[in-house]
Amino acid sequence: MDIKDIIKPENLVYSKSKVLTDTVMHYCPGCSHGVVHKILAEVIEEMGIQDKTIGVSPVGCAVFAYKYINIDWQQAAHGRAPALATATKRLYPDKYVVAYQGDGDLASIGTAEIMHACNRGENIVVIFINNAIYGMTGGQMAPTTLLGMKTATTPYGRRADLNGYPLKITELIAQLEGTCYVTRQSVQNPGSVRKAKKAIRKAFENSALKKGTSFVEIVSACNSNWKMTPVQANKWMEENMFPFYPLGDIKDR
Amino acid sequence: MAEKLLKKGNEAIALAAIRYGADGYFGYPITPQSEVMETLMEEMPWETTGMVVLQAESETSSINMLYGGACCGKKVMTSSSSPGISLMCEGMSYMAGAELPCLVVDVIRGGPGLGTIQPAQGDYFQAVKGGGHGDYKIIVLAPASVQEMYDFVGLGFDLAFKYRNPVMILSDGAIGQMMEKVELREPVRRLTNQEIAEKYGHWATLGKPASRNGNIISSLSLAASEMEAINLRLQAKYQKMRENEVRFEKNMCEDAEYMLVAFGSSARICEGTLEKARSKGIRMGLLRPITLFPFPEKAIQEMLSQLKGIMSVELNAGQMVEDVRLAVNGAVPVEFYGRMGGSLFSPEEVFEAFAKKFNL
Amino acid sequence: MAFKGAIVVDIEKCKGCSVCVVNCPTQTIALAKKVNSKGYPYSYMENPDNCTGCGNCATVCPDSVITVYRVKI
Repeated sequence: MDIKDIIKPENLVYSKSKVLTDTVMHYCPGCSHGVVHKILAEVIEEMGIQDKTIGVSPVGCAVFAYKYINIDWQQAAHGRAPALATATKRLYPDKYVVAYQGDGDLASIGTAEIMHACNRGENIVVIFINNAIYGMTGGQMAPTTLLGMKTATTPYGRRADLNGYPLKITELIAQLEGTCYVTRQSVQNPGSVRKAKKAIRKAFENSALKKGTSFVEIVSACNSNWKMTPVQANKWMEENMFPFYPLGDIKDR
Repeated sequence: MAEKLLKKGNEAIALAAIRYGADGYFGYPITPQSEVMETLMEEMPWETTGMVVLQAESETSSINMLYGGACCGKKVMTSSSSPGISLMCEGMSYMAGAELPCLVVDVIRGGPGLGTIQPAQGDYFQAVKGGGHGDYKIIVLAPASVQEMYDFVGLGFDLAFKYRNPVMILSDGAIGQMMEKVELREPVRRLTNQEIAEKYGHWATLGKPASRNGNIISSLSLAASEMEAINLRLQAKYQKMRENEVRFEKNMCEDAEYMLVAFGSSARICEGTLEKARSKGIRMGLLRPITLFPFPEKAIQEMLSQLKGIMSVELNAGQMVEDVRLAVNGAVPVEFYGRMGGSLFSPEEVFEAFAKKFNL
Repeated sequence: MAFKGAIVVDIEKCKGCSVCVVNCPTQTIALAKKVNSKGYPYSYMENPDNCTGCGNCATVCPDSVITVYRVKI
């Protein structure tokens, strides 16, 4: 069969979500952010909620999320996305509000905001990208940086006595009464992408059911700042990140 | 006939918020303004007007809740006192940069640091000169009575939405805590979501209809040329505020040879100084700036030809006096009298300082 | 049931990260020797006969540059 006979509209099985814009993402080649943006857009498209979804973007690499997903966006100060999301959801309870944050934003400077938003059980969706490093500022230590991991501010590797321990904030958040769904996912292969997408969909559905805060961590790779190729980075993530940040649902009620 | 109540300044702020159709209050307790949120929680406006009232985990969070609420075209406000306002300055810079309307009430206490819970006016610079980073301005209203605390909530929201900019009510512990008669104005109802969509849908984040692309509210622009253009647009807006929004009150200025300039609590005390001076045959007037930004510099300049001297009277080390001197530009002597750290002055004390500085 | 597939890559938007290449179960995809205008070697069907249209490449693509077609044979 000739390729020309296959590439026909009636044979289309997968194309870019209409909720994504045509803007080329600024992310490095192979960055997990792009995959998460894609599945977030697909969930919004499949649920038919593009007109009801308000996103809050962080400070960090995903600051420009608003360029790529065609919904209304608020760009928050560093770490404060859950505060914006709280007010937005309280003032418009019938909208879907999603805060998209990285590890520096959520687990370092914004710990108070995320803890208290989750503890109040705000009916929002939180997507937490954990790549164990500060991407936008050039590869400094994050709260989630693994012990021994080399970064721009831990050039000889993270040491517990100097830098403290990597923060399992998702496990902490699962302890809070206000959260209904806390899960850790990844997006490095087709199976994990499909699972992560299901998790994000469930988080949005929980929001409509007013069950409390849904928190989806995506263990991610930052190949540029890890100084690896995208493929190597995904492998390194599986071998080094997953043992410390195990995948799966931590809480689902 | 309008209802009149005996209320604290802080309580008046809360009652005004409900009656002026505020959609949301987000705050954190701090003396001497905690009665604002306490009163709101007692009134339970979510049961009547639908107003949201939420105790946040910090002032940082409060101001960022305002950011989120303002992004949605809602009338949102907070109140705090000096140290809390310091934490909010980052958020106010972001909101000014993103051109978002909100109302912030600062019931000043003595500083620096944790300072004292007594009234002061040491946050003039913080409010008027920025506080946060970057070239931004907020409109600053200085009430001198409980009635003005009430009325400026309505005025503040109107100005915030007229210019899509943060507005601050700069009060102090004396006005926040003192009780006075306050006349409740005709209530203004909250806008419906439909009305908000019609009025602000072109910029607010309300959910994207199929007819347009997503609205983006951000203060970020990495290209220098774009960021300069944004700054120029903001500066043009601040110039409009200077042209259209100056408010002040003159007291016995018609024949004045000497003029006191004072705002808020200080201006009230200076009314007594005025009486004392007049009883001694000194033709003294008082100019009370009601907007601290924009500052009533023209009103001061118009007085210069008849004046022998001006004294700025403030509960700080001399902050507004710098703006008075800029307006006067050396035309007449400008003196300053102030006290700090939560200590008030008496009308007599101000008069003695005035007499000494001008050798009268 | 067997499937025959094909992919279309938005060459100018592809960043040549290779994630699709290693996730292709039929070794259909490879990076081109040529580069796009940004200098990235882009992915393409090196062995088009192998493609079953499973969509794994598009699922993992961070830049959503792959469109997938599939027919039953």
